[in-house]
Amino acid sequence: MNSLAQPAKWEKVLWPLLAGAVFLAGWHFSVKYSGSKIFPSPVDVQKGVAELLRKGVLWGYIVDSLRRVGVGFSLAALLGIPAGLILGWYPAAGQVVNPVIQMLRPISPIAWIPLSIVWFGVGDAAAIYLIFLGAFFPIVVASMNGVRNVPSMFRRAGRNFGLKPAQLLAKVVFPAALPQIIMGLRIALGIAWLVVVAAEMIAVDSGLGYLVIDARNSGKRYDLVVAAMLLIGLIGLMLDIAFRRLEKLKSVRWGFRLEA
Amino acid sequence: MTLLVRLRPVAFIAVLLVAWHIAAARQAVHLLPGPIAVAFGLVELAQRGLLVKYVVASLFRVTWGFMSAAIIAIPAGLAIGWYRRAEMSLNPLIQIFRPISPLAWIPISILWFGVGDVAAIFLIFLASLLPLTLTAINAVESIPTVYINAGRNFGLSPASLVYRVLYPAVIPQLIIGLRITLGIAWLVVVAAEMIAVNSGLGFLIVDARNAGNRYDLVVAGMVLIGVIGLLLDTGMRSLEGIRSLRWGYSED
Amino acid sequence: MAQAFKTKLRAEGISMVFKRDGNSTSVLDNISLDVGDGEFLCLLGPSGCGKSTLLNTMAGFLSPTGGEVRIDGEVVTGPDPRRIFVFQERGVFPWLTVEGNIGFGLFKLSRGERERRIAHYIKLVGLQGFEKAYPQELSGGMKQRLEVARALAVNPDTLYLDEPFGALDSITRLIMRGELLRIWEAERKTIIFVTHDIEEAVQLADRVVVMSARPARIQQIVEIDIPHPRDISSPRYLELRDGIFEQIGLAHKI
Repeated sequence: MNSLAQPAKWEKVLWPLLAGAVFLAGWHFSVKYSGSKIFPSPVDVQKGVAELLRKGVLWGYIVDSLRRVGVGFSLAALLGIPAGLILGWYPAAGQVVNPVIQMLRPISPIAWIPLSIVWFGVGDAAAIYLIFLGAFFPIVVASMNGVRNVPSMFRRAGRNFGLKPAQLLAKVVFPAALPQIIMGLRIALGIAWLVVVAAEMIAVDSGLGYLVIDARNSGKRYDLVVAAMLLIGLIGLMLDIAFRRLEKLKSVRWGFRLEA
Repeated sequence: MTLLVRLRPVAFIAVLLVAWHIAAARQAVHLLPGPIAVAFGLVELAQRGLLVKYVVASLFRVTWGFMSAAIIAIPAGLAIGWYRRAEMSLNPLIQIFRPISPLAWIPISILWFGVGDVAAIFLIFLASLLPLTLTAINAVESIPTVYINAGRNFGLSPASLVYRVLYPAVIPQLIIGLRITLGIAWLVVVAAEMIAVNSGLGFLIVDARNAGNRYDLVVAGMVLIGVIGLLLDTGMRSLEGIRSLRWGYSED
Repeated sequence: MAQAFKTKLRAEGISMVFKRDGNSTSVLDNISLDVGDGEFLCLLGPSGCGKSTLLNTMAGFLSPTGGEVRIDGEVVTGPDPRRIFVFQERGVFPWLTVEGNIGFGLFKLSRGERERRIAHYIKLVGLQGFEKAYPQELSGGMKQRLEVARALAVNPDTLYLDEPFGALDSITRLIMRGELLRIWEAERKTIIFVTHDIEEAVQLADRVVVMSARPARIQQIVEIDIPHPRDISSPRYLELRDGIFEQIGLAHKI
């Protein structure tokens, strides 16, 4: 719902460009007039990105971060979706296990850092474990709620056509819960991307999070800090866009509110 | 539900605690403190006065960061959602900033505010700002046109349209957004305290580990973080239960 | 009379008491009813009187607290593909296409046979050209026809319809009644149809079972002895309709 009439087509290009330009100009001039020697201007950041690309460490760092998120997130989905389906399907199991999940869930995955270092040492496994923790609970909870919210009518219709429980789960309950599961996966991926940066700042020595902290610690290269932040933002945005594509698939579209 | 069924989750938790205890007691290398050690850790923290101090410190930062973000983000988001051109202009910027992990701002926030409360509050503010803005934008955009038309039809002035139609119509969605964002803020405060300050529950965890590998205190800190996070979430959920807002939450 | 039919379904002394928070509510009170093979029967009653509950016990989704339902002499203990329950159009699966929905119950058939049946029923309910469409792309009436097609495709001998046209606009509803009769005459299924619309009941049914408010009892069974297609301005139609109006205690004047 908007108060104004439909904007013209050219406005769709003009306004974002204008806002972007205003933002960059504001940033540039505030750095210039504050006389900051440390905080980078947009031009510095752009040079920083170029420098990172030239040095060639950047690709390695991006791949490291993506690998950690990929492995941790996939493990969380692989274990979390079946676990959530089972907990939603058997109310008794859900009733017993749910309080434990609710207690573990609000423990910030970052608070697990010391334990995960003790268990897995400084390295990939520790970071992956943290990402797994961050993604696992949202996925379990979304899958569980997805199953619980399947309208009883769908289950009845499935039973009416003579489906056995396993078939009912595969052909009715899972597809009916899928939109909510996908939404949970998307939220979990966002959290995973947030956690990987923290984990890399503390527990390992590669990846985009490490780049941020390293650029600061070794010589206060804030141009590289901001460059790395931008990359984190862009890659996170691309991951999110990829997931939104998934939500547009026709067999799950029905479950999402139509967007304006 | 009979009493026996109600007790099942309690029994399950008891089983887990016993399993934890046995696993901790039997380990060859000391990797995990047992539940009893953790309980004593909590007592020790309480006796040293750190428990209350750190909990208050963390809550203080979350409150300020979250509140200031809400005060700015909600009106801004509502306005942006209402004016289509504003939304068109700002959406790309918001989309790029949003996935930047708030923790990646740690160096900048220390640069700007130094090591201390303000830096941590700033991080929480950042972490809450964009999710809340987006929630408010979406909330305005998903108000059914009939509500607006009905309001206009009854001759409401723009100001009373905002107050009597727009505002109540977006509240349920806003509350969900606030709850989710508070969860993120709670996650971020722990990280921020691990790096940027020297008090609070996040600091407790790092400090207990660095100063003498007191893993009993590490796990005690984690327990506190979990319990408080759960309380915050429950508190926000109870807002969703308020009757005049219930219509916004579909229940089958 | 109904004796012309072979009995398909027999409900004997059906009672249903729901217990909640220590209170028990009697919803169905000692209902006995015979439904003939191939008969079109309407259960008519005010909203909330328990006619849906009765339908659900007949379909095997609920077990009655007293009495039993027999179909072809067999006691009903649960849902069965030989008798399909049609919900309002909300019962179609939104994650499947039109084809997928109609083929949903046909998983035991060979692929070729399945495709043949799907094509047949798409044609029967007039959804040609929408085979690959998803329910959200269909109108309410089309969704309703899709759900009927999905039910017919498994070749059940009984259909239970729970206010199937309740969510449609009155014009679509009229068209759908005609379609349902056409399909019924082509396939001769036993149909038990729940409605609170007196006109609908008199237009469709061989017999109308008029039910009282909660706890539901059978108030009267009205035989509609007008051959199809029915002229809804004929004196006999108006007489039967007004009889039911009176039975329920409504004046037919506004």
